[in-house]
Amino acid sequence: MKKSHIIGIIIIALAIGIIMSSVGDASTYVSFGEAIERAEEGNTTKVHVVGRLKKDAQGHIINMSYDPLIDPNYFAFTLIDTNRVEQRVVYYNPKPQDFERSEQIVITGSMKQDVFVADKILLKCPSKYVEKEIQTTTAGL
Amino acid sequence: MINTLIGDIGHASVIVAFVAAIVSSYAYFMASRAKVEAAGDDSWRKLARGAFYVHAAGVLMVVFSLFNIIYAHRYEYYYAWSHSSNHLPVHYMISCFWEGQEGSFLLWIFWHVVLGVVLMNSGKKNKVWEAPVMAMFSFVQLFLTSMILGIVIGDLKIGSSPFILMRDFMADAPVFAMDPDFVPKDGTGLNPLLQNYWMVIHPPTLFLGFAAMLVPFAFAMAGLWKGKFVEWVKPALPWSHFAAVVLGVGIVMGAYWAYETLNFGGYWNWDPVENAVYIPWLVLIGAIHTMIAYRRSKQGLTASFILVISSFLLILYATFLTRSGILGNASVHSFTDLGLSGQLFTYLAVFAVLAIGLLVYRWKHIPATEKELSTYNAEFWVFIGAAVLCLAGFQVLATTSIPVYNAFLGFIGIESNAALPADQIAHYTKFQLWAGVAVAVLSGVGQLLWWSKGEKNKSTFLDAIMLPGMLTLLFASLIIVLSKLGVLSETINNPVYITLLVAALFSVFANLSIILSLLHKKVTLSGGAVSHIGIALMLIGILFSSGYSNIISQNTSGMVYSREFDDEINRDNVLLWRNGPVEMDKYTVSYHGQYQEVKDVPEYVNRELLFPTNDEYKAIARGDIKVGDKVYFHTGDTLDLESPENTYYQVQYKERESGKSFILYPRAQVNPNMGLLASPDIKHFANKDLYSHVSSVPDPNEEKDWGDLQEYEVSAGDTIILNDYVAVFNGIERIDKVPGVPLAEGDVAVQADMKIMGEEKNYHAHPVLMIRNQMLGRVPEEVADLGLRITFLNIDTENNRFKIGVNATQKDYIILKAIEKPFVNLLWIGTIVMAIGFVMAILRRNKENGGPNKPAAAPRQSRKAQTA
Repeated sequence: MKKSHIIGIIIIALAIGIIMSSVGDASTYVSFGEAIERAEEGNTTKVHVVGRLKKDAQGHIINMSYDPLIDPNYFAFTLIDTNRVEQRVVYYNPKPQDFERSEQIVITGSMKQDVFVADKILLKCPSKYVEKEIQTTTAGL
Repeated sequence: MINTLIGDIGHASVIVAFVAAIVSSYAYFMASRAKVEAAGDDSWRKLARGAFYVHAAGVLMVVFSLFNIIYAHRYEYYYAWSHSSNHLPVHYMISCFWEGQEGSFLLWIFWHVVLGVVLMNSGKKNKVWEAPVMAMFSFVQLFLTSMILGIVIGDLKIGSSPFILMRDFMADAPVFAMDPDFVPKDGTGLNPLLQNYWMVIHPPTLFLGFAAMLVPFAFAMAGLWKGKFVEWVKPALPWSHFAAVVLGVGIVMGAYWAYETLNFGGYWNWDPVENAVYIPWLVLIGAIHTMIAYRRSKQGLTASFILVISSFLLILYATFLTRSGILGNASVHSFTDLGLSGQLFTYLAVFAVLAIGLLVYRWKHIPATEKELSTYNAEFWVFIGAAVLCLAGFQVLATTSIPVYNAFLGFIGIESNAALPADQIAHYTKFQLWAGVAVAVLSGVGQLLWWSKGEKNKSTFLDAIMLPGMLTLLFASLIIVLSKLGVLSETINNPVYITLLVAALFSVFANLSIILSLLHKKVTLSGGAVSHIGIALMLIGILFSSGYSNIISQNTSGMVYSREFDDEINRDNVLLWRNGPVEMDKYTVSYHGQYQEVKDVPEYVNRELLFPTNDEYKAIARGDIKVGDKVYFHTGDTLDLESPENTYYQVQYKERESGKSFILYPRAQVNPNMGLLASPDIKHFANKDLYSHVSSVPDPNEEKDWGDLQEYEVSAGDTIILNDYVAVFNGIERIDKVPGVPLAEGDVAVQADMKIMGEEKNYHAHPVLMIRNQMLGRVPEEVADLGLRITFLNIDTENNRFKIGVNATQKDYIILKAIEKPFVNLLWIGTIVMAIGFVMAILRRNKENGGPNKPAAAPRQSRKAQTA
């Protein structure tokens, strides 16, 4: 067997290993229901959940708590996932400042006891990097 | 008044450039045919050249028109309105140019034009390459200009024009129904994160790198097409070096911008947008190595073809990823989807089919040798190195493409909900770190073998490796022992990190020994060794700054809360009350108030000295503004604010042991569209950076919650207690000027003089009371440090008694995160060293290629002087 063949085989083996690790590490988008099931099965891998904030009739966010004076590293809120399941989420970091403006929220983390502990929050704001509205400038007319 | 002329000129120029690109690619294609070449007929070539110059002129005209629209604030155009604003300085107008997707395409097109003209003229005498290479160039330009064409044929929209008018873009906006000639007064401005000098030079550098990647690809394709399977390597090599250095430096510039401007705490975030350029760069570096190895050993030609072609296709794939909107949730900063995904996909598909098809078709004709390389052949290790680079690129590619798999599976009807790894850093590091180790070791071994003289066998190799190997072990143990003794700030005991450290040190010493041995022969040949040292330094810099990055702002307040659970949770942010010192690591850190940037003042100015006016870009000085002893402005002067939206928070770090202190000004602005944009301020030490940013501040747009007004009646000289602070009322005086209020004849203004004793220093407050036609006007004074607002309510002239009102509020605070990044300087220094090495290699390769009129330098077999 030629040396180049051996090396070729090693490279292919590594490439397959890379694909396997990529598949293995890939996370999934799930609902809270599934996240709870996973936690009950003892599966602690982190998942992505997409959801919206819980708001009252006037559009105010409810159940959001962040008091930097007590603890700057504790932020909790209630998220409603795409199946309309409500879940308390805790984020051990300061509240992202544009949080209230976000339309959709993607959180990464896992269930611990009865709360979802998020270690990453990705906000999809209506105006972030997308088209702005002309009203902002015409209002001054 | 709407100026439609400039937009029409621009749009017409795009169409001209597009048509000229079609003509040029067709004519160059015709000129490349064997029949035409053999007949010596150069009419096609002349036509093609003319067409390319017309194309170039068209592109320049487009660039000029677009810049004019931005520069002249022509807000009737959507591009100017959405990317610029009146207060934007000229150098950032340049960044506006490429903030939008159309502008960045234009930048890319522009660089292709420049490179095309250079190629046409440098290869004039060497006519073999011009026609087929330029045919590729023009063909690429055809696709790129179509992206900004902006024409609609039936239901088919081709390209997105940067010259679209507001009224056409927002045809539904009511304001245009009322007045079609409406022109907005101001634009919505450049994304504040891009208002950074790196954003002026990083995109052009990156796109020049992108553009330069086309050159080796065009040569490779020309070689396949014209059956010049061997000859293309020589002219393509210096261009590959050029592309690699420009792209590499461009990537690091982007990393530095992220480090300085964003606040994720580092320079690399494994965002798909970053990965998309990292992958082709790795493959290109692999291609350079196989090409160099081929030039010496005549082996690896097929690999060179494959790698050069894939690096270009990966650029197109990167373009598709970042601009088609396919990344969706996966990236925070990809471009807006302009609905060009179909066109982008066509662009990618056409070149993939063309290149891969041609390669397969010509596969059998590509000369290959059956000779086996021995283990002591440098080329053997060079090939292994190239394979490692490609595998490293492959790992990033496989993961970054997860959103693409979802989209593809969705397209064929299978629902997939795969997401990017939750912990991306761990995922990528577990392979990239070992790739780094392999690269470092191979670059050392490969170089030593490459330059070793005489017979290549075990003993010569052992001779060569002995000295650098010993130095490496010596140095590595020294570093580890020093770290254990606590001389360095970290203890290095992670075996994986030690492996990388040893490998990188080995690369440094091995390459250093090569430079030394070349020093008295021909130092110009050492470009490769220099770049490899640069890469090794970068690896060490990354190892320490990321592996041993240390968050010093751990919350040590000791408060215990009954939260859900008290697991081990990193509490990485600390609350700093104004003027309330907090101990952090070896520092005592305190926050001292909000500052602003004022024109013509070299330091930031405390906001308490600035009286706001109706124009947010102007303020009136409340006191003398001085830095050191020099007074820059006097009380009452009008000041120009550089960027009123930015607040700089003064944070003082005091080393407890030495008593030395320094001040950092982390910056933040609350942007109406994007929320809190915090940028760090970085203190650079020789061996580390101290990186600090605010992670939260009280919302400045929210009205302060003032407590109930407390009234006091005082006479001159009285002492009162205001919210726990002792205050002395010194008396009143009449003043002629009230900041921000013009005084008319007969108006009377008096100010009270109060001294309040704070924890650290005394404050003077001067609330003003004005009397005009029996009416009272009051200008209260706020002492933000103490959270007090003092109002001069009334005067009782008969008894000489004065009424003072005081409101108290919560004191100002910031939430701060501070990270130490050891030896991050090595990353930047390594980049510069790498770039120097590349430039040396380009100069050398160019010289080697000689003037085009010289008989193509005969292959000098005897010469061993080749860098790897």
